[in-house]
Amino acid sequence: MTIATPAHPAQTTAESAPAARETPRRQRRPHSTFRRIGRATVPYWLIAPFFVIFTAFGLFPMLYTAWISLTDRDMLRPDAAKFIGLGNYTDLFSDEFFWNAVGNTFLLMAMSSVPQLAFALILAHILNTRLRARTLFRMGVLLPNITSIVAVTIVFSQIFGRQFGLISWLLDTVGLDPINWQAGEWTSKTAIASMVIWRWTGYNALIYLGAMQAIPKEHFEAAAMDGASTWRQLWHITLPALRPTIAFTALISVIGQIQLFTEPLLFDNSPGSVSGGNSHQFQTLALLLYEESFRLHNFGYGSAIAWVMFLVTMALAAGAYFVTRGTSRLTGGSR
Amino acid sequence: MTGSTRGSTRRSTRGSGESSGPLRYPLLFAVVIISAFPVYWTFMIPSRTNDVVGQLPPPFLPGGHFFANAARVFDTVNFGKALMNSVIVAGSITLSTLLFCSLAGFAFAKLNFRGRNALLLVVVSTMMVPVQLGIISLYIEMQELGWGNRLISVVLPTAVTAFGVVFMRQSVIQAVPDELLEAGRIDGCGTLRLYWHVALPALRPAMAVLGLLTFMQAWNDFMWPLIVLNAENPTVQVALSTLASGHYRDNTLVLAGTALGTIPVLVIFALFGRQIIGGIMEGAVKG
Repeated sequence: MTIATPAHPAQTTAESAPAARETPRRQRRPHSTFRRIGRATVPYWLIAPFFVIFTAFGLFPMLYTAWISLTDRDMLRPDAAKFIGLGNYTDLFSDEFFWNAVGNTFLLMAMSSVPQLAFALILAHILNTRLRARTLFRMGVLLPNITSIVAVTIVFSQIFGRQFGLISWLLDTVGLDPINWQAGEWTSKTAIASMVIWRWTGYNALIYLGAMQAIPKEHFEAAAMDGASTWRQLWHITLPALRPTIAFTALISVIGQIQLFTEPLLFDNSPGSVSGGNSHQFQTLALLLYEESFRLHNFGYGSAIAWVMFLVTMALAAGAYFVTRGTSRLTGGSR
Repeated sequence: MTGSTRGSTRRSTRGSGESSGPLRYPLLFAVVIISAFPVYWTFMIPSRTNDVVGQLPPPFLPGGHFFANAARVFDTVNFGKALMNSVIVAGSITLSTLLFCSLAGFAFAKLNFRGRNALLLVVVSTMMVPVQLGIISLYIEMQELGWGNRLISVVLPTAVTAFGVVFMRQSVIQAVPDELLEAGRIDGCGTLRLYWHVALPALRPAMAVLGLLTFMQAWNDFMWPLIVLNAENPTVQVALSTLASGHYRDNTLVLAGTALGTIPVLVIFALFGRQIIGGIMEGAVKG
């Protein structure tokens, strides 16, 4: 993290000024005191916008949400809010819709993250060979990622449509009954997971490809001379070298999945519904948060959901950190 | 980009890669077709009429009704305003991200100041904090500030991002040599002039990548605009969700809107795809 920057003139001035030594620089001091102080604060002014924006629109809302979660607050009558301690949390933990959403969120997380990252690794391995039209293939796999999640969900909902959907027609041509994808517990989750997998596999493949190209070529050359096939090379050289990258993408993907919102919101085919299907079969935590807060106006309850999601995310991030640190120590990795 | 070129030349002398078999081209073609198909579908369906789309088998080739269906989108929702709002929002976020992230990145990379490493650590760790979960308070805050349903409430929260700061810091370290800055100092340049005259010219490629990624992300952002803006003053994504939840049987209408909203990012991707890919792959090495 630390960069060895040669001392700048400004820095030298600032640091050596207290040392009472007669230098030419010191003689200039009376004229430039104001400018020097001004210059010393310049770095802080340059980084200030980030901290101002983050404090105002990131940190403060997070903390204020914690306070709201301890009150019984209605969106439309904020003045009537009253402090109820952990009441929202005890309600939450006995709320079947909450546990349903927890289950759905983690199931969808597993169903989309695992195949997504596995496909991405294989895809990256193929892209990492000598290829014609390399840029074209790379653009092809990244294409899904640049489309908006709203667009993805709309077109996938059409493709998964019960009556006129492409998939129902394909099933019909091979003699199977059409499936009402939205209605089923597993079919709806399969459809949603397929949207996530479709949009993110290529993106992760390119991240892996970047990391693969940073592996010293000598490792592969030695293995090739020993007669290792490329798939064996993938297993024995690429995967261990990519472990930090894989942990990073897994963490990013998991954090993204905890907040899965747009897909379950728009996959619902009853107009205006935000409950994730008729029997909440694909309602995620983020969707429950949205329904409770902005449809039912229970800001206190919604804030409690937000804080539970926040704590779960932090726990997963900490877990991932310790897991990668542990494994890299075991394998003697650098980080 | 240079790294990948160098790597591949060396690889080609080795001549391996062929050993992963003749299957790799068919596999890649299959992946590209799966990737492109839904996008193709987004444009094909609205080029037909609802009658034809409702038949089995569905049509697979485009017809001539795209503009008629696109016109219906503008009649149904306020799509012109939505497009303009999205351009304003994504454009402002991109410009402010580029300015503030490059300034902060420059400071973190090249200036010595007290607490630099600690502050950088704070920036990096905020990337792991799911601040989106503060939306309830953020909504209240924006109402209190009188910015409810105004575009500024969408722009400000992402006007400068931790990712951008970290990305620009790495880019400054790689692209701006210390010798150049010292030469500038000796010539009497202040910090800001060093940033403007020495660092910025060298940072142009990195800023292009960050700008493209930021623009596309802002264009595609959905949850927060949905909450803070209403249907009369939407962004493209919010207008699309209105279209989709109200007219879910009218597939040619809904997908015509989706196609229109996707065109801008498709154009950017067609023009700058190579840079975007380079940015993502480099991010892997940096991260």
